[in-house]
Amino acid sequence: MSSQEQVHRDHSAGGGEPPTEPPEAVQGQINTQNVDSILDEIDGVLESNAEEFVRNFVQKGGQ
Amino acid sequence: MLSVHRVMGSETEFGLSQPGNPGANPMRDSARVVDAYAGPRGLRSSQNFWDFATESPLADARGFFMNVADADISQLTHMPQESVEAQYLANVVTENGARYYVDHAHPEYSSPEVLTPRDLVTFDRAGDLVALASVRRLEGTEEPVNLYKNNTDSKGSSYGTHENYLVDRAVDFDDLVAGLIPFFVSRQILCGSGRVGIGREGETAGFQISSRADFFEAQVGLETTLRRPIVNTRDEPHADPAKYRRLHVIIGDATMAESATLVRFGSTSLVLGLIEAGLVPKLELDDPMQALWDVSHDLSLSTKLPLSDGTSMTALEIQNSYYSACVENAGDDADTTEVLSEWKRFLDGLATDPRSLSDSIDWIAKWVLLEGYRTRENLDWDHPKLALIDVQYHDVRPEKGLFYKLEKAGRIRRLTTDDEVERAVVSAPDGTRAYLRSLAVTRFSDSLVAASWDSLVLDAGEYGIVRLPMSEPLKGNRELLEDRLAEVHDSQALLQALGVDRLKTTNDERGAI
Repeated sequence: MSSQEQVHRDHSAGGGEPPTEPPEAVQGQINTQNVDSILDEIDGVLESNAEEFVRNFVQKGGQ
Repeated sequence: MLSVHRVMGSETEFGLSQPGNPGANPMRDSARVVDAYAGPRGLRSSQNFWDFATESPLADARGFFMNVADADISQLTHMPQESVEAQYLANVVTENGARYYVDHAHPEYSSPEVLTPRDLVTFDRAGDLVALASVRRLEGTEEPVNLYKNNTDSKGSSYGTHENYLVDRAVDFDDLVAGLIPFFVSRQILCGSGRVGIGREGETAGFQISSRADFFEAQVGLETTLRRPIVNTRDEPHADPAKYRRLHVIIGDATMAESATLVRFGSTSLVLGLIEAGLVPKLELDDPMQALWDVSHDLSLSTKLPLSDGTSMTALEIQNSYYSACVENAGDDADTTEVLSEWKRFLDGLATDPRSLSDSIDWIAKWVLLEGYRTRENLDWDHPKLALIDVQYHDVRPEKGLFYKLEKAGRIRRLTTDDEVERAVVSAPDGTRAYLRSLAVTRFSDSLVAASWDSLVLDAGEYGIVRLPMSEPLKGNRELLEDRLAEVHDSQALLQALGVDRLKTTNDERGAI
């Protein structure tokens, strides 16, 4: 594991039951509060140095 | 009556990255990825394990062959063994009958042949678990590798997510081209995976619907790595060429959202049925390439695309016309009904409020997420954090991949269960020859010399090496073979049980016959 990665390991991720009800749709204007809670969660797992990560993500072309 | 049932398969070339080491050799790392999966499972991995005898990547559906000398090295699927890089061409047939191998500079999972869009979703996602298993295995090494189910680095490179559909050989290829181009140009609104940046190198700031559109340059052609065409003419049926064509679709995006994958394959299968039946809407875009780019760059979905008859239609209107033709001619089997219902839900949602589909379509899920950050942190579209989110959405690790985070939070609809997908990693789908391939790998691996989509090469002891053709994709399936092969445990008995009755011993006994 590289030092540039924040490790927030959650071994239960991907497990569990699928949601029984469809998630609440985001209507019209983005519901800021609804989105904000997931943004906080995602902030916790984003690679810590965005600029370096993006610069280093270099692929060779494929099909 | 039209049905979504058709032999189909998906191919995923994963983006790969060795954290902190952008100079790492991607072919070597791709081979490490494949071997990291194969090794612990006792699966064989070598270029020679794939039977290339029936591959013909330079055959063109329009009826001619490209000369090998004229081909770019990237068009050859079978690199000469003496090439230095050939040592990296790992090739594995996995327990579910899929192929996991090194394609150019990416690890690729090619799903086993399935018959329904639902199974396609399950077996495509099984490939994401295969990739995840590779990542986990390499995590403990000096050179860990992360994998991304995406299509571009936004620095000029793109890699594919392909679809394969078995099509009636009697259909004229020009009819396929004419029927498919308006469909593919407009389909991206249903199943684009979204991309930060406009242009091959993301030279213009912004967000667009498709991750692949900017990398396409031609309407029809043989190439897949350069001058990419909307309709690819590779004529390599991997089946009886007198009966079948394999339509090799290279224009799709890597979809993570299962509903989007279902609609991508289900709607395309139905439209192929329309073309086979001569019922496809007669639409001709005036400039398909410009239309492809314009649709991808227009988040308002309002661009009018000029048609060659002088009128114009939006992508949504074109999709509605294909949808209507399918509904009018469709049967009522459950799989077809589900696809039509989801396709309609997408079209209605896109017409009224695209954001209502943030639980179903990747480009919208990603867009809503990015807009959330833009609003909260006042970011411009060229901010690196947004480019990071664009890539990390596709990370195959559930604790890092933003798609998986959204799905786990209940913000993305799911069709499969974890159990179904885990089972699909080790067990073949119903209804196709993938079952026999899977069986050969899991139960007869000691005598399996090589395998491919349409052949098995078996060491049959005193009978020598026997090549078993599987040119009929619907045969060799579980229903036909499971009981018949229940008590069969060696390759000679397998061949006899399959009705291969012309075995001769390889010893010099011919004179006695």
